[in-house]
Amino acid sequence: MIANVTTEGQRRRRIVQRIAFALLALSTAFGFLALGVILYSMIANGASALSWEFLTTFPRKMMTEGGIYPALVGSFYLTVGAVLLSLPLAVASAIWLSEYSRGGLWVRMIRVGVNSLAGVPSIVFGLLGLAFFVKVLGFGVSLLSGALTLALLILPILIRAGEEALQAVPMNFREGALALGATKWHAVRTVVLPSAIPGILTGVILGISRAIGETAPIMFTAAAFYMSRLPETLSDKVMALPYHIFVMATESPNYYKTRNLQFGAALVLLGMVLLMNLGAVTWRARVRRRKQW
Amino acid sequence: MVGQESGTTTARSIDATRDWLERNLHSTSIIETERFSFFYGKEQALRDVSLGIPLDGVTAIMGPSGCGKSTLLRAFNRMNELYPNTRAEGTIRFLGQDLLKADAVAVRRHIGMVFQRPNPFPKSIFDNVAYGPRVHGLRNRAQIAELVEESLRRAALWDEVKDHLKKSALSLSGGQQQRLCIARALAVRPTVLLMDEPCSALDPKATDRIETTTRELAQELTVVIVTHNLQQAGRISDHVAVLLADGVLAEFGSTKTVFANPSNDQVADYLCGRFG
Repeated sequence: MIANVTTEGQRRRRIVQRIAFALLALSTAFGFLALGVILYSMIANGASALSWEFLTTFPRKMMTEGGIYPALVGSFYLTVGAVLLSLPLAVASAIWLSEYSRGGLWVRMIRVGVNSLAGVPSIVFGLLGLAFFVKVLGFGVSLLSGALTLALLILPILIRAGEEALQAVPMNFREGALALGATKWHAVRTVVLPSAIPGILTGVILGISRAIGETAPIMFTAAAFYMSRLPETLSDKVMALPYHIFVMATESPNYYKTRNLQFGAALVLLGMVLLMNLGAVTWRARVRRRKQW
Repeated sequence: MVGQESGTTTARSIDATRDWLERNLHSTSIIETERFSFFYGKEQALRDVSLGIPLDGVTAIMGPSGCGKSTLLRAFNRMNELYPNTRAEGTIRFLGQDLLKADAVAVRRHIGMVFQRPNPFPKSIFDNVAYGPRVHGLRNRAQIAELVEESLRRAALWDEVKDHLKKSALSLSGGQQQRLCIARALAVRPTVLLMDEPCSALDPKATDRIETTTRELAQELTVVIVTHNLQQAGRISDHVAVLLADGVLAEFGSTKTVFANPSNDQVADYLCGRFG
């Protein structure tokens, strides 16, 4: 009798477990499937557009022919500019939050603020950039305004990654430096910060991926519909890949003719994200080897 | 600070310090605490501790877990105040000066510290030892190299690492790392070296080497060591302070006397291993 009840219970639990596992596996498969479908449709529709010429020439005939060279270069400038502008500010903020602030309401509010900033829709950043950088500061629709707007967008990502990286540095490194008569700042500069570089680079990777794909923040602040030359100064407008794809897909009178160009450009964008991330990941791996504790 | 003339490269010898102490303070104690109490928030870790750390020899601070021995040691180089909500009462004098009112950074230059867990920086062996002198502004490469060699020799590590000073300090064994930390502390030429259970993470052989090194160092500077290993205290210390629960100093005197003839029953129990 008792034995029977036990087996019955065991059987039920085994079935429940199987169902749970199946559901979990299905969820994972779903995410993977979505990625696969996107990748497949991009490659199937866009691969034919890819060529050396596509990467290195300007668009022609109302964008129905030719390449994406200026958009590629523009996206690169915008992203690198955003990271260069954002990183010093983010590292400084992270150092203050992690090493100097003594907690309390004020600091908690700053943290909440930084985290909320990460959740603000990107179009809001675009409008802020338009109102502040383009109009108030008078930078106009330019590479500078776009890079600044994107810098603001990725700032919370970099601050959070930086703060986490600093927090992960063992306390006894700090104690060791202070016990030798180093000031707090000296300890941070020579021991804590160098140990946190890999984590900061993780933030940079996330920031690059975010900045390069955004359309809304650059739409009013930097992006040009079409340019017959590459941007030469910070006050030039730039073309950018995501905006270029958007324009080809929605604004062009011949959007159906550019279908494979749109997918090709999207593929290139994806490749660019991968390439820039690969660069940062390799750098991080090298730093980690030297700084591993 | 007194002893300011003991700059980065020219240390005041222990004999000169002894003369100075006798002449100016009529004392043989380099550090003196007077009714020193310490609080973490509302919790009191030390109660009215009054003692004088003799200039010569090794002083061991002992006691059961949680008795405040590390807190007392860390008070000597002001490391306690790295934690929030701490408070000190009473006084600590170092070479006659009020240590609690001095600049913490200056204090730590004269009173070095070795921690419970070896904590070399993720830098090369050379850069670890050179860290302190560089902090204090030494830029001359030859002088730095000389100081690094001297410090590594004093910590009995030179022969093992002299051929790969550029290698990461983290490639060393635990015992070697701890001796590196000793060398790193010595490179700023401190007057006092504090050691917070420096062998608790090490095997017996590495412990033995650290103990030998510590004895040798005591010829040149004042060593204060926290340990809860009775045998270790017996082997290496000349003086011993026993703290009991609640941070009360129960016994302070020469190691021989305290071990042979404790004046306090609780201390006798502790020394017999009946608790702690």
